[in-house]
Amino acid sequence: MAIVSNPNAPVPKPSAAPFLQIKHVVKQFDDVFAVDDVSLDVQQGEIFALLGSSGCGKSTLLRMLAGFELPTSGQIFLAGQDIVGLAPYERPINMMFQSYALFPHLSVWENIAFGLKRDRMPKLEIEARVEQMLDLVQLKQYAKRKPHQLSGGQQQRVALARSLAKRPKLLLLDEPLGALDAKLRERTQLELVDIIEKVGVTCVMVTHDQEEAMTMATRIGVMSEGKILQIGRPSDIYETPNCRFVADFIGSVNLFKGAVEVDQPDHVVIASPECKHYVSHGITGTSGMTVHVAVRPEKMTIQKGLPSDEERESLEEVGFNIAQGIIKDLAYLGSLTTYHVQLDGSSTIVKVTHTNAARHDATHLTWGDKVYVWWCGSDVVVLTS
Amino acid sequence: MNTAATPTSVLYNKLTGVWGRNVVIGIPLAFLLAFFLLPFLVVFKISVSEMDNVVFKDLIIWSDGILQLKVKLGNYIFIAQDDLYFKTYISSLKFAGITTAICLLIAYPFAYFMARSPADKRPALLMLVMLPFWTSFLLRVYAWKMLLADNGVFNNVAMQIGLISEPLKMMNTPFSLVLGMVYTYLPFMILPLYANLVKMDLRLLEAALDLGATPWQTFWRITVPLSKSGIIAGSMLVFIPCVGEFVIPELLGGPQTLMIGRVLWDEFFSNNDWPMAATVAVVMVLLIIVPLALFNKYQAESTAGGRR
Repeated sequence: MAIVSNPNAPVPKPSAAPFLQIKHVVKQFDDVFAVDDVSLDVQQGEIFALLGSSGCGKSTLLRMLAGFELPTSGQIFLAGQDIVGLAPYERPINMMFQSYALFPHLSVWENIAFGLKRDRMPKLEIEARVEQMLDLVQLKQYAKRKPHQLSGGQQQRVALARSLAKRPKLLLLDEPLGALDAKLRERTQLELVDIIEKVGVTCVMVTHDQEEAMTMATRIGVMSEGKILQIGRPSDIYETPNCRFVADFIGSVNLFKGAVEVDQPDHVVIASPECKHYVSHGITGTSGMTVHVAVRPEKMTIQKGLPSDEERESLEEVGFNIAQGIIKDLAYLGSLTTYHVQLDGSSTIVKVTHTNAARHDATHLTWGDKVYVWWCGSDVVVLTS
Repeated sequence: MNTAATPTSVLYNKLTGVWGRNVVIGIPLAFLLAFFLLPFLVVFKISVSEMDNVVFKDLIIWSDGILQLKVKLGNYIFIAQDDLYFKTYISSLKFAGITTAICLLIAYPFAYFMARSPADKRPALLMLVMLPFWTSFLLRVYAWKMLLADNGVFNNVAMQIGLISEPLKMMNTPFSLVLGMVYTYLPFMILPLYANLVKMDLRLLEAALDLGATPWQTFWRITVPLSKSGIIAGSMLVFIPCVGEFVIPELLGGPQTLMIGRVLWDEFFSNNDWPMAATVAVVMVLLIIVPLALFNKYQAESTAGGRR
């Protein structure tokens, strides 16, 4: 199953014992396995994102970390301590809730101080800590406001300050930016990472937004149907997905189903109905087995004519694939254009993106044009599951 | 809050206009005007009228170019000076207050667990709360008479099993009165509390637990403050009718449980002193309305700039 597409990528090394260890955690609701035998390690200081569509079990896993749900079986260790038996209010873990769950009857100041007061911290220390938190999220002048008097972005920062005030060992973020509009979200993502890194807290976040996960997280765990399919850095997940689901879920991908025809240590050839795929690296598979070939749209080149002789020369060094087709559809998105090309002799439609680097595109590709599409053998990922 | 410029309100105004809104508010307002304010003014007029045998004398007399306004304040002065009325008012407020407090103590946990029960069980529980309304209120209060009497069900059973040797005096005591009022008015406390608690955002409770509050602290710091409006609504629905309650003190109360409703009845039907009865009624309404108005004003101020 392991495809050695990019053998040079360094894998993050677990230095000491992992800070957060989730071991074979299962959560069953009636007959449904919401979380199905999940094991994962999070290192200290990491921002780990659980990414998946709704109902994949990521929120249930987060709620088990917070203590709102009890695992059916399995163990969770935080800094070496088993926390499964602890009530939410006994855990050194704080959560920033989806749409924040700020206490509407308390002011910003009181919201942030709420957790500190429960710890019976001396009054002066509470005041100092709340001030520090307000400074951190730049909301000093709003201390006396009630949550409903703040904008969405400000509420988000209050929620963050409240969850950081107790200096938790682990910070949980549940769809941290889901309630913000697109423009604000982009800015807030980096702001949030800045603050988390400044504080140095280990963080587990849950999101269905791949862009959010890729921007913020050091590592991502892709979840589906209660299981973790792949764990890795954002670039690992994108460039070397380990299965069709991950390849398709993260970004956009063209998948070709085919059989292994030539299986050599340094290259393979996979025959699919559309064309023969030359793959310039070996795979752990056997000749004749059915596999999927995945190619990202931006790795493909689209042009009316065949590649020029010079282009051909450099392409042939790594090996390449070429196909001919007709543009069925195109979507102009400003920074890039996506072409939907129907390959000749099949009903397969491939997506090809073309970066609009110049203001006036010389190629003038449009509906119905006959085009050539080609891609390097080294940009192909072969998936066996 | 400033909601004037939201697109929905613009649309709303275009569709219905100010006129439509006024009609919707105007209908209940007109109803209250016709069936509460006007009758109250009639009662007020009676309270300051002089009697000429069985006829009320006119308040305004026009004769020989002189406009006379004759307002008899004697009844009000009498009420202010006579100890009996003052004590009765105090005792009414006291019993209403005790009833409200007990209702709140019973209703809050009830409403709380009803609101937290599985959603498919809630309609049945709600039905149970309202079930007593299906039989006559009078019958139910009478039933308590049978249960609490010296030779009633409770005493008989307790004596049979040897819990007590002689009947406990329960009927016609403050106990029976408060019991009757709590029994009757409990649903009016439960329903607004339930309506409030069932809407509560449970994530707020999780947030409190997450921040280190124990369940008990979460209840007092989050649940109770957030259900304040339900507590206030329920308390008003119980307290106000209890102050003027007549039937329950008449049937279950005794000599120690003088309440203003009974005094009112006596003035009307035993003494046939309508102006005096009207005065008692006016003072009662003022006693309830003035504190409520002050309270409302305070509420409005404390939430000024308030809720969305």
